[in-house]
Amino acid sequence: MSTLTLAVRDSGTMLRRNLLHMRRYPSLTLMLIGVPVIILLLFVYVFGGTLGAGLGPSGDRGDYANYVTPGILLITVASAAQGTAISVAMDMTEGIIARFRTMAIFRPSVLTGHVLGSVIQTMVSIAAVTGAALLVGFRPTATPLEWLAVFGVLTMITVAVTWLSVALGLVSESVETASNLPMPLVLLPFLGSGFVPTDSMPTAVRWFADYQPFTPVMETLRGLLFGTGIGANAILAVAWCAVITVLCFLWAKALYNRSRAA
Amino acid sequence: MTRSVRSAISATGLRKSYGDKVVLDGIDLEIVEGTIFALLGPNGAGKTTTVRILSTLINADGGDARIAGHDLSRQADAVRALIGVTGQFSAVDNLLTGRENLRLMADLCHLDRAAGHRRVDHLLVQFDLVDVAGKPASTYSGGLRRRLDLAMTLVGEPRVIFLDEPTAGLDPRSRRAMWQIIRDLVAGGVTILLTTQYLEEADQLADRVAFLDHGRLIAEGTPRELKRLIPGGHVVLQFADQAGLDAAARTLTASTRDDAALTLQVPSDGGVGSLRSLLDQLDRASISVAGLAVHTPDLDDVFLTLTGQPDHERAMAR
Ligand SMILES: Nc1ncnc2c1ncn2[C@@H]1O[C@H](COP(=O)(O)OP(=O)(O)OP(=O)(O)O)[C@@H](O)[C@H]1O
Ligand SMILES: [Mg+2]
Repeated sequence: MSTLTLAVRDSGTMLRRNLLHMRRYPSLTLMLIGVPVIILLLFVYVFGGTLGAGLGPSGDRGDYANYVTPGILLITVASAAQGTAISVAMDMTEGIIARFRTMAIFRPSVLTGHVLGSVIQTMVSIAAVTGAALLVGFRPTATPLEWLAVFGVLTMITVAVTWLSVALGLVSESVETASNLPMPLVLLPFLGSGFVPTDSMPTAVRWFADYQPFTPVMETLRGLLFGTGIGANAILAVAWCAVITVLCFLWAKALYNRSRAA
Repeated sequence: MTRSVRSAISATGLRKSYGDKVVLDGIDLEIVEGTIFALLGPNGAGKTTTVRILSTLINADGGDARIAGHDLSRQADAVRALIGVTGQFSAVDNLLTGRENLRLMADLCHLDRAAGHRRVDHLLVQFDLVDVAGKPASTYSGGLRRRLDLAMTLVGEPRVIFLDEPTAGLDPRSRRAMWQIIRDLVAGGVTILLTTQYLEEADQLADRVAFLDHGRLIAEGTPRELKRLIPGGHVVLQFADQAGLDAAARTLTASTRDDAALTLQVPSDGGVGSLRSLLDQLDRASISVAGLAVHTPDLDDVFLTLTGQPDHERAMAR
């Protein structure tokens, strides 16, 4: 069997394993959907009136729902990352991992299985959160083609963040560490253009907000959903996602293989 | 044993240290195809470490090993395709059911769908797991889990099987059942390296046995050869009084007496014939015996004798 066939087949098997885990224990998936929905409701109904007015002279709660949804979608991605890191760290404590290592399989398939499973899980939560946003006044103007691009951008950032969280799950000595390490990711949309435009921020924060990876992703999403200017943000978003994916894949692979030397 | 037989596992000079601690200090193994080899040793002797190295889980610091002719470090994947491992600690997926665990193995062994189903069904029956096949492995008892663990190892029909303490924690009945499974496997031509702390187990199952102590093999041979290493069997006669002991000691000249315990130790193979003639001899001399105990040497004696000795080199059996 060629390496590629082997990689696809074994990754598929490991994906099925992870989907079985998720189906049997759906509480984690529900929590991953719950957190962003609560943040969405909080920001639209509690802060939305005031923050909407801050967007422009005619801004209201509905405008703010439109503004904040891309940020909420990235919160969804970040919150799912935490779940991924936890399940990877937990999985590594299982004896069956040692069994996988003694089998003639595509070695990283344990990891690719986790990534594929988590990406599917995250896309499901993104769909659920988008549904909730539509209920509270999110009214995008995107064409079907633009929706497809939105889906593409969200998949890209999800893949990148998922590989990062797999690596974080592997580097963690304990499940608690694994649940804490991805925590800053949830803050990134706040420290970017997720909740308020960056030009309202003090210089130092604004500098960080403008140059961190989530901002071009959120700006690209806004552009696609509402026809606002995208500019260089699309290229930046793709570049960030590609770099994070490649580096974190290599990091995760090295972490997974290291224990053979131990 | 002729040298023309093929070796399934051959290792020379395996070494492994963790920091300053030397865990394996030059291990040589030669295991013939189609045989059971038992690695015996106390806690911390290095049994699991040996298994982990030979099953490609960890790298040795030094030495060479080949499994069915494939080099362990250079052809790790070829080795993995041939071996099956049941480690000391359970290696089942606790979130999946027994059947799902076996299906997972069938998929990872790249069996096609129909063949995979057949193999899984066969193993569920063979290991008496049909009734619990639909329950999550996390609800299994230790014995069930051990059986599932071994069944998972066998899905890919490995030619060389490593079993690290396969019967640890099993009740006597399950232990015997496990022994029978192991014997059947070898009858089918596979090679088994098993580790155990139970000397009886090695005696029952193994064609050859090696004692591992502090990372070194201190003895190796067939169970029979190893038993020959130590003083043979004997009968212990218990007497009611000193006079009886004196009389018996005069009659049985090759014996050793213990005056404090009022016992006499007489060399014997422990067989019925020799016991009868011993008792006849005592009868003729009108000596009455209060009690009698037959002691046949077992691997326990060998082990205690060998590990009790400060100079391990002297005890090498080869
Ligand atoms: N990863 C590790 N790091 C440090 N020391 C280790 C490691 N693995 C094993 N050891 C040490 O190596 C020695 C041998 O361990 P090993 O597990 O091979 O023993 P064992 O013969 O299988 O014992 P047991 O009968 O208790 O299973 C022990 O002293 C153990 O503490
Ligand atoms: Mg052990």
